[in-house]
Amino acid sequence: MTADEIKLAIIDILSDIAPDEDISDLKEDVAFRDQLELDSMDFLDIVMELRKRYRIQIPEEEYTELASMSSTVKYLEPRMRDVKQ
Amino acid sequence: MVAERPDRERIVITGIGLAAPNGNSLDEFRQNLLAGRSGVRAYETRYFGKTVAGVCDFDELRYQRRKEVRRGTRAGGLAIYCAHEAIADAGLDWQNVDRSAIGIYIGVTEHGNVETENEIYQLKQYDYDTQFWSHHHNPRTVANNPAGEISLNLGITGPHYTLGAACAAGNAGIIQGVQMLRLGECDVALGGGVSESIHSFGIFASFNSQGALARHDDPTKASRPFDADRNGIVVAEGGCITVLERLSDARARDAKIYGEIVGHAMNSDATDFVNPDADRQAQCIRLALRRAELNPEDIDIVSTHATATTTGDVQESKALRQVWGGNGRTVFNNTKSFIGHAMGAAGVLELVGNLPAFSDGVCHATINLDRPDPECELPGLVANQPREVGPVNYILNNSFGMLGINSVVIVRRT
Repeated sequence: MTADEIKLAIIDILSDIAPDEDISDLKEDVAFRDQLELDSMDFLDIVMELRKRYRIQIPEEEYTELASMSSTVKYLEPRMRDVKQ
Repeated sequence: MVAERPDRERIVITGIGLAAPNGNSLDEFRQNLLAGRSGVRAYETRYFGKTVAGVCDFDELRYQRRKEVRRGTRAGGLAIYCAHEAIADAGLDWQNVDRSAIGIYIGVTEHGNVETENEIYQLKQYDYDTQFWSHHHNPRTVANNPAGEISLNLGITGPHYTLGAACAAGNAGIIQGVQMLRLGECDVALGGGVSESIHSFGIFASFNSQGALARHDDPTKASRPFDADRNGIVVAEGGCITVLERLSDARARDAKIYGEIVGHAMNSDATDFVNPDADRQAQCIRLALRRAELNPEDIDIVSTHATATTTGDVQESKALRQVWGGNGRTVFNNTKSFIGHAMGAAGVLELVGNLPAFSDGVCHATINLDRPDPECELPGLVANQPREVGPVNYILNNSFGMLGINSVVIVRRT
């Protein structure tokens, strides 16, 4: 998957996790938490959905890499390069 | 000694919120009970396939955001809807109520089966690899979940818990509220019960294996308590929560009062996992009457528990004949004939659907009673059409459950 495809995948996951919120104009460098009402269970949902949909394993100590869209994409890009959509 | 209790120990119902298969408010529910309108419909569930059930259609998003619905449980959603409706109905000044003094006591027949079945179904798609098991499973399945979801949604910081009491749970929720108010553990109690059971295939399959699941070509005729052609339970979902307050507090704020809880009792058969015991049921009813200082003939309406199982209806009829003797002025009805068996919500839904009789003097019917079973003989049973019975002062509500748990609540007109 390309960086753009990963970003779309994250947006799709976030739209399920935060169904009441407008995620159409998320700022890429601002933490998700500062733009959306997300708590620790929601971040676990992101991790779980990546595991379920793309079989990506994220170690607990690396959860902080999922803070913003840009950090998430940067972190996932090498790990999802070979993932087919 | 009811008459001698001071007003601060007399507990009254000041608000009602409900979601039933045939109504999303007391007014709608009562109208449909008087009109003979069933809430049972065709239903299909995972693995088990086609059956019938009592299904609710309340607006889940009236008091919850999509995210809360997604994260929570159906039982929690039912509980939140009913709690909001009850609080609004009670006219409590919500912005100024001390939320640390509100207790939440919610009866459940079971909780967690739906969420566990869903999770296992999901896990099957991942070849039972438990790393795909949701982190939401535990908070969804802890036994206090439906009460806890009310607390979270409404910011209530007083005590909250559920009461696992099989199908006696609706009465148990009210009884707990009454007791906690008398003990001074809270100043307002939300007491009632909920059930999400129709979302578990297991409950249908288990009743079916037991030979106790209703079937009928016309879903609205499937629930037939006391009828010779009854063939089992119609499973239903639902919820009902009452606002309970001390009479002194209710009078001080000039609250509308639906009635006073003047008697209650709970006991155990100690005989069988599923088959009820008429003697213990009769004993439970007599205990509630004695605590209320009433004789059986003082009761105007008895809301029966009968679920339309072969044995259960015979046993309850026997218990009622033991207590009332079969010749009194008391009339009997049954709500499950309209909505099926709403499990943890059944007791409280069945009670509140009768409370308007205090003002309209009408006993709603037991529908689908085409061929009364002689073994369920019950003089005074109001069959198929509502009956004007004149002034109603006392209503007694039976609610019994598996493992031999019995509960009775008596409400007096105020």
